[in-house]
Amino acid sequence: MSQISAEVTSFVTPQSYELLINGQRRSVRTEPGRSLLEVLREDLDLTGTKYGCGEGQCGACTVLVNGQRAHACKLTVQEVIGQSILTIEGLAADGQLHPVQEAFLAEQAFQCGYCTAGMILSAVALFHQRPNPTEAEIVQWMNGNVCRCCGYPRILRAIRRAAEMLRKSS
Amino acid sequence: MKPDALIPRTGDSTTSEAWFANASPAMDRREFLHQLGVGVFWMVTGTSVWAQARRPTAGGAGERLPLQARLHLGEDGSITVFCGKVECGQGARAEIVQAAAEELRVPAEIVHVLLADTAKVPDDGITAGSRTTPQTVPAIRRAAAAAREWLRQTAAKHWGVDLSELEVRNGAVRHPREDRRFGYSDAARLAVEDPVWQQAVPTDLPLAAPVRWQVMGQSLPRPNAREVVTGQYRYPSDLRRPGLFYGAVLRPPAFGARLVSVDLEAAARAVPGVVTVREDSFVGVAAATSAEARRALAALAATARWGESSQPSSRTIYDHLRREVEEPVPPNPFREEFTSAVREWRATYRLAYVQHVPLETRAALAEWTDQGLTVWMGTQNPFGCRAELARALGLPPEQVRVIVPDFGGGFGGKHTAEAGIEAARLARAARRPVLMHWSREEEFVWAYYRPAAVIDVEAGLDASGHIMYWHFVNMNSGRAALDTPYAVGRSHCRHVPARSPLRQGSYRALAATANHFARESAMDELAALAGLDPLDFRLRHLPTGRLRTVLEEVARRFRWRERIRSAHRGVGFGLACGTEKGSFVATCVEVAMDEATAEIRVREVVQVFECGAIVNPENLLAQVEGCILMGLGPALWEEIRFTQGRVVNGTLSRYRVPRFSDLPKLEIHLLDRPEFPSAGGGETPIVAVAPAIANAVARATGRRIRHMPIRLDAAA
Ligand code: FES
Ligand code: FES
Repeated sequence: MSQISAEVTSFVTPQSYELLINGQRRSVRTEPGRSLLEVLREDLDLTGTKYGCGEGQCGACTVLVNGQRAHACKLTVQEVIGQSILTIEGLAADGQLHPVQEAFLAEQAFQCGYCTAGMILSAVALFHQRPNPTEAEIVQWMNGNVCRCCGYPRILRAIRRAAEMLRKSS
Repeated sequence: MKPDALIPRTGDSTTSEAWFANASPAMDRREFLHQLGVGVFWMVTGTSVWAQARRPTAGGAGERLPLQARLHLGEDGSITVFCGKVECGQGARAEIVQAAAEELRVPAEIVHVLLADTAKVPDDGITAGSRTTPQTVPAIRRAAAAAREWLRQTAAKHWGVDLSELEVRNGAVRHPREDRRFGYSDAARLAVEDPVWQQAVPTDLPLAAPVRWQVMGQSLPRPNAREVVTGQYRYPSDLRRPGLFYGAVLRPPAFGARLVSVDLEAAARAVPGVVTVREDSFVGVAAATSAEARRALAALAATARWGESSQPSSRTIYDHLRREVEEPVPPNPFREEFTSAVREWRATYRLAYVQHVPLETRAALAEWTDQGLTVWMGTQNPFGCRAELARALGLPPEQVRVIVPDFGGGFGGKHTAEAGIEAARLARAARRPVLMHWSREEEFVWAYYRPAAVIDVEAGLDASGHIMYWHFVNMNSGRAALDTPYAVGRSHCRHVPARSPLRQGSYRALAATANHFARESAMDELAALAGLDPLDFRLRHLPTGRLRTVLEEVARRFRWRERIRSAHRGVGFGLACGTEKGSFVATCVEVAMDEATAEIRVREVVQVFECGAIVNPENLLAQVEGCILMGLGPALWEEIRFTQGRVVNGTLSRYRVPRFSDLPKLEIHLLDRPEFPSAGGGETPIVAVAPAIANAVARATGRRIRHMPIRLDAAA
C-alpha cells in the first residue's frame, strides 16, 4: 500500500509487542506507529483482513477488538497491546463456521468477496450489541461497509438469516 | 498415468512442483493450489501446444484448440477445465464449471477450473464485454461435448457394441446388457495417447438444448465460496513469498508533470536497506514492510523537482473536449432535407469522468527466476498483460508468466499491467519478489477513468409525433450502443474521438451508459414535445421485438400508467430502456426530491432484463442487482474533480459510492428466452438506470438535467 505522504523520516527503532489475536499470543517486532492492518497482513500473515481505503471509510479492514468492531487501518499496533483481537481467520471455531458465515454462504452474499470478511465481522459485532436488530438498525450499522460489487440486497438477506439462526440457537 | 503426460513436454520445464518448494511457509501446498483455483494436484510443463494452436486474432473464442488444452481427465475421477478467463466477482468460475459439467454429464462438484495462468491455460481473450457467456461458455461446452462423445466411442469400441446403445450418464456409460460401467476416470489413461485429444475440438457436435439442461440453468454457488467467508482465500494483494519486499512508487504531483531531478540517496538515508530504482521516469523503492517503503519514498519525494505543464480542470472539461476532437464533428445531414419537420429539437448531454473503485486496488507480485518473470496480479486481461510486461521489461512473451488469482473487482477497470510492471522493475533490482499494492489514492488518480462525454443530439418530429430524423454525435466517450434501436425515419449516429487529458479506458458497459443516458433522456424530451406519454412515444417507435417486450413488461410491473397519474410534490417517475450486446433492459424508477437539500433519492427501481437463455439465474440476478446499484453512483454522485491536472476528490471520503442506505426498493425480473442464445448480463443492466432517474427528476421538478451525475444544485 504505497502512498506518498509526509511521514516521519527519522530512523525508527523496532520494538517488541505482545498481541492477543484469535485467542493466541503473537509477538511482533516492528517499528511503532504501524497500523494493525499492516502488521496483521505483513508480519502475521493474516491476510483475511483487507485494505480498501486506509481512512476508515470502507470497512474492508474490520476486526473485533474486545468484541467491538474497529477499523484495523486506523489503529496503531501500540493501541491494541493486550486487547483481544478477532480477525476473520479466528471466527470459525474448530472448523465450525459462525452462523454469520453460514448465512453468507447460504445467501451467496458476495460477488468478488473482497468486502466479505469486513461485512461478516461488522455483522457479528452488531449481534453482540443487538441480537434482534431492526432493518433500519442493520442498514445504519452496516453503512460504513462498502461493497463495490453492490451486493447489498444479498448481504442484508444474509444478516437477517443469521439473526434468525442466532435466535433459534439461543 | 501422470497428469503431466497429457501435455507434450517441450524445452521449458518449470513445474508447479518446483513452485511448491518455494512457496511461503505460511502457504501450504493445498492453499497454494486453491490460489491457482484448482483443488487437485497436477503438474504441467511450461510452453504450450495451444499457444501455437491459438488464432492470431486473439479473438478469445479459443475455437481451434486441441481437446487436451481444454480438459484433463484425472484417474481419481476429477476433471479439470483450462480457461483463460478470470474471476473477479462476475461469476465466470461457476459458469464454466456448469458449462463443462453439463456437456460431460457429470456432477458439478467434480469439475475444477484452472483460470488465467498464461503458462497453463489457453488464451480466451480479455474478460470484458460480456463475452464469457456467449463465447467462452460455448467453447467449453464444445470441448466437453467432444470428450463425452469420445467416451462413448471408446466404450463402444472396447465392448464391441453399437454406439447408439450407449449414453453418458453421471460421468459414465453403462453396458447395455452386462453389468459394466466405463467412466471418465477409467478413460483417463487412454485420453493421453488418443489422437482425438490432440486434434482441434470439432465445432459441429450437438450441445444440450436449454430445455434439457441439468447443471446449466441452475444456481451454482461460487466454487471457492468457503475460502472467501473464512478469509482463507488469497487475493492478489494477499500473496506472500519468502523474502518478499513491498514496493512504493514516486507519483507526479499532477497529470503531465515531468520529473526534473530527484536525490535517490535520500531513500536509503531514511531507511537503511531500502532498494531504490530509477529507470527513465520510473522511480520506486522496495523495503521489508510497506511502512518502510512509504517512509523511504516520502524522503525521496521531498527532494523531487517537477516540471509541470498546463492542464485543464474539470470545470472546463466539456469545452476542452469539444475543442480537442480528433476529427471534425459531422454536421446534421438531415436539416436541409427535412424542411417538413414540424418540430426541430437539439440538446447536449455531458458525463463526467468516473473511477471504477474496485474494492481491491491494483495489486501485483513479481518474481524473477532463471526462466524469466512470473507476475501474480489482479487483471481482466492476463494475456494482454503478459504482452505488456514483456514489452516493458524487454523479454520475449514466453518468458513472462501471468497468473491471476480471483481478485477483488474489475468493472472494466483492470485491463492494464501498470502495477505488475512496477513490481517487476523493483523485483529485478531487489533480486527478490516484490508486491505492489496501490493505495486508494493511487487507484483514484493513476488508474484509468471511464471517459467523460459530450453528446449532441438533434431530431425532427413530424405532425403525428414521429421522429423523422435523428442525429447523434458522441464526443470522446465511445461507440458502444451508439445507434438508436428505435424505428426512426433517418438516423445518423457518430462517435468522434477526442484528446482526453485524463487517461481513460473501459468501464462496465463502456460508452453504452453515456449513449443511453443521452438517447433515453432525449426520447423523454421529444415525447414531451410531441405531447405524448414517454411510454407511448417509445412504443410507437418500437413496433416489435425484444426491446418492446421488456419495455411493456416493466411498464406493466411498475403499473406505469396508473402511477404517473398520481403525482405528488417532490416525487417523480421515470422510465428508460435499451439494448447492447444481445441483451435488453427496461427500467422504471421512483425518485423523491428534497428541495431544501437538493438531494435526489431513488426510492424504487423495477427492472426487466432479458439476455436469452439464462445460464445461472442466481448469479445473473446478482449481476443485475449489482449493475443497478453500482449505476446509482455515476448517476447521482460520482465525478472525478480536478484542478489543473490535480485530482481533488481522490479518496473514498470525498468520492461518494453507493452504500447500504442508498438501497432502493428493488424489483428485478429476468425474462428467460431459451429460444435466443445466452448473452452476458454483467453490463447492460446498468445502462437504463441513470436516464430513468433523469427522466423522473424532470417529471417531478420540471428541470431537465442533461448531466451525469444528475444534480439539482449544479447548473445543467
Ligand atoms: S481500509 Fe480500513 S476502513 Fe477502509
Ligand atoms: S463482493 Fe466485491 S466488494 Fe463486496
